Amino acid sequence: MATIKKWEYSPAPESKEPAAIANRYELFINGKWVRPTSRNYFNSINPATEEKLSEIATANEADVNKAVQAARQAYDKYWKKLPAAERAKYIFRIARIMQERARELAVTETLDGGKPIRESRDFDIPTAANHFFYYAGWADKLNFAFPNKKVNSLGVVGQITPWNFPLLMAAWKIAPALATGNTVVLKPAETTSLTTIKLAEIIQEADLPPGVVNVITGAGQTGAWLTQHSNIDKIAFTGSTEVGRIIQRTLAGTHKKLTLELGGKGANIIFEDAPIDQAVEGVINGIFFNQGHVCCAGSRVYVQESIAKKFVQQLKNRINTLLVGDPMDKNTDIGAINSAQQLKTIQSYIKIGKAEGADFFESDCALPKKGFFCKPSVFTNVAQSNRIAQEEIFGPVLCILTFRTDEEVIEKANNSPYGLSAGIWTDKGARIFNISKQIRAGVIWANTYNLFDPTSPFGGYKESGFGREGGLQGLQPYVQFVKP
Amino acid sequence: MTGKKPVFNPQILNHPPVEQTGVEERTVRFTKRSIKGPSKMQGLHMVLSMIDLTTLEGKDTPGKVSQLCTKALHLHDQIPGLPTVAAICVYPSMVSIAKKALKGSRINVASVATAFPSGQSSLRIKLADTRLAVEAGADEVDMVISRGKFLAGEYAYVFDEIASVKEACGTARLKVILETGELGTLDQVRKASSIAIAAGADFIKTSTGKIQPAATLPVTLVMLETIREHYHKTGKKVGMKPAGGISKSKLALHYLVMVKETLGDAWLDKHWFRFGASSLANDVLMQVAKETMGNYQSPAYFSID
Repeated sequence: MATIKKWEYSPAPESKEPAAIANRYELFINGKWVRPTSRNYFNSINPATEEKLSEIATANEADVNKAVQAARQAYDKYWKKLPAAERAKYIFRIARIMQERARELAVTETLDGGKPIRESRDFDIPTAANHFFYYAGWADKLNFAFPNKKVNSLGVVGQITPWNFPLLMAAWKIAPALATGNTVVLKPAETTSLTTIKLAEIIQEADLPPGVVNVITGAGQTGAWLTQHSNIDKIAFTGSTEVGRIIQRTLAGTHKKLTLELGGKGANIIFEDAPIDQAVEGVINGIFFNQGHVCCAGSRVYVQESIAKKFVQQLKNRINTLLVGDPMDKNTDIGAINSAQQLKTIQSYIKIGKAEGADFFESDCALPKKGFFCKPSVFTNVAQSNRIAQEEIFGPVLCILTFRTDEEVIEKANNSPYGLSAGIWTDKGARIFNISKQIRAGVIWANTYNLFDPTSPFGGYKESGFGREGGLQGLQPYVQFVKP
Repeated sequence: MTGKKPVFNPQILNHPPVEQTGVEERTVRFTKRSIKGPSKMQGLHMVLSMIDLTTLEGKDTPGKVSQLCTKALHLHDQIPGLPTVAAICVYPSMVSIAKKALKGSRINVASVATAFPSGQSSLRIKLADTRLAVEAGADEVDMVISRGKFLAGEYAYVFDEIASVKEACGTARLKVILETGELGTLDQVRKASSIAIAAGADFIKTSTGKIQPAATLPVTLVMLETIREHYHKTGKKVGMKPAGGISKSKLALHYLVMVKETLGDAWLDKHWFRFGASSLANDVLMQVAKETMGNYQSPAYFSID
């Protein structure tokens, strides 16, 4: 037989041109692009190349005031008086323009955040547009969403989004807020503001009344001013549990409503009767999707001992076939870590895991010389007592633990301060129902993982936060019940 | 042929379950691979070299078969450096014609056998059919399993039948057609694959081409995963042949991506992977011509034997 000659995929880079990123972006307040009172701008860089993409305005307290005022005015003057069906038209329009500009948004998302273009193209952008389509449909049907009750909008909502799914999280927040008749001030995460800024452009293009949606950019302090603002009726935050705690403290004793989507340490449970080949894929998808920057990532895998050895071997083989590198290449499976800081955090957890005595395995792939990259890796022989099994790493690092019985795995899966997501892999339907009833997690997937749909609610238990986004349940945090 | 006839061990039926949605999700990922530039050219050449150029019709004649053999030998002489196809696949009665036409070339002659395509006959007839093909010079035999017996749960019968045909093949390589379009579920595909491999198949093959659906990406993935499991257990390789319904280069490249990412580069060789197809070759040739000359040519420039 002839010697094996390898078949490598040639580079298939997506063009940067469609992103059309400007050199500088201002704040979007009251329907206009305005220079920040602070006169300060911060750099946004491409984490895959460390090159500067653009500079973005920093909103200070005065800017936050202006934005909240604009939102209040827009609420009182137009938005709350507008018939619901008219609101829906605007939201549909946003969704359609997002679809028209999908390529621009996808390329921008990948350049700005480091996620593979395949993911931003096939997941982030279409799902974000779908959220607008979905909630547009609800706008004039709130009576059906809350039968026998009368609901009103809240007023002005402040929203703060994370850096892992920038545009999608903005959609999760803005779409239900507008559908229920609120006006919005949104602050994206500072490392990934660009697609949210482009969403503001789309909102302008859709001709929404000025001030209905305002986008203010900046770091944590900007967010703090927003949460502290007295003229805000609700805060919706997605991000770390640490910041979530600060926000909850800030809001205690005020009239402001609050929803929090925080961290997670998802338990992905593999029973011995699981469809093994598909479960391996599910585990890969559960932890390496978006470089593991996923709050609901299946970062704790529990494998039944009887199949553990085989399963781990298959998983390792599969990890070696993952393509890590340039996020703009259409064949890349795992792109760049979002920031230097996050890469440092992940690396410190890898050190901790090794020091804790767990066995470490990482892909034999090569990493690009520049940019922030991390090899997909797995810790085996992990125990509940290890920090790597307890704390959210938010990177492509998986922990594998084993179990023997159903009772044991339920106890272990629940043995976490978090409760956002879980996965169950088994051929037995009854077991799926039995286990999922007893696991305290907001989302439980059966024989799949990391599937999302606008019609399905998402949210956590315990330190993963409270409130639901998506689906019918996602409307409720944005309304108040009033006397009929 | 080495070793003695294998004995049915019911343990081979204990395979892990297959989750259809997961399989489909995985195959979608293969289709998202972007194969461009040099890797596309290399891939297209590989596809050509892996084709079993097939004619399996009641109206086949010596004339038709020898013309097909000429096509196999001269795929598109205008482009130098093209590989030949792997084999010609015909009915047993046409083997000697094909053998003669391909004499001196490295193209194999494969023959279907065992009361192809339904397999509804006795073992005696099936073995005679196999010997007919082998004695006429077939290098490879494509047999069909008894789907009726399989669906009735008579796994030992199916196993023994494959083992007997394998014995009758002598040195010819045996491809076992599962006819997955009649098996109903991916779990059944996995089970049939396990049985065929344990009974001595050199290749497992999806379809006869006479039943719809024929080869699909999900079905092929499940078969590749069975091959992978067998390889990890025993260190022995088994070949794979999807057949029927693959007529476009792009789809063929997706199959290669799937083979590469499931079994590895070692399987990207005509010894271990084949396409059963009749119209695929010309589509690949048109793509190769486009890559070579920079623009698409009219189909009129490609011979259709």
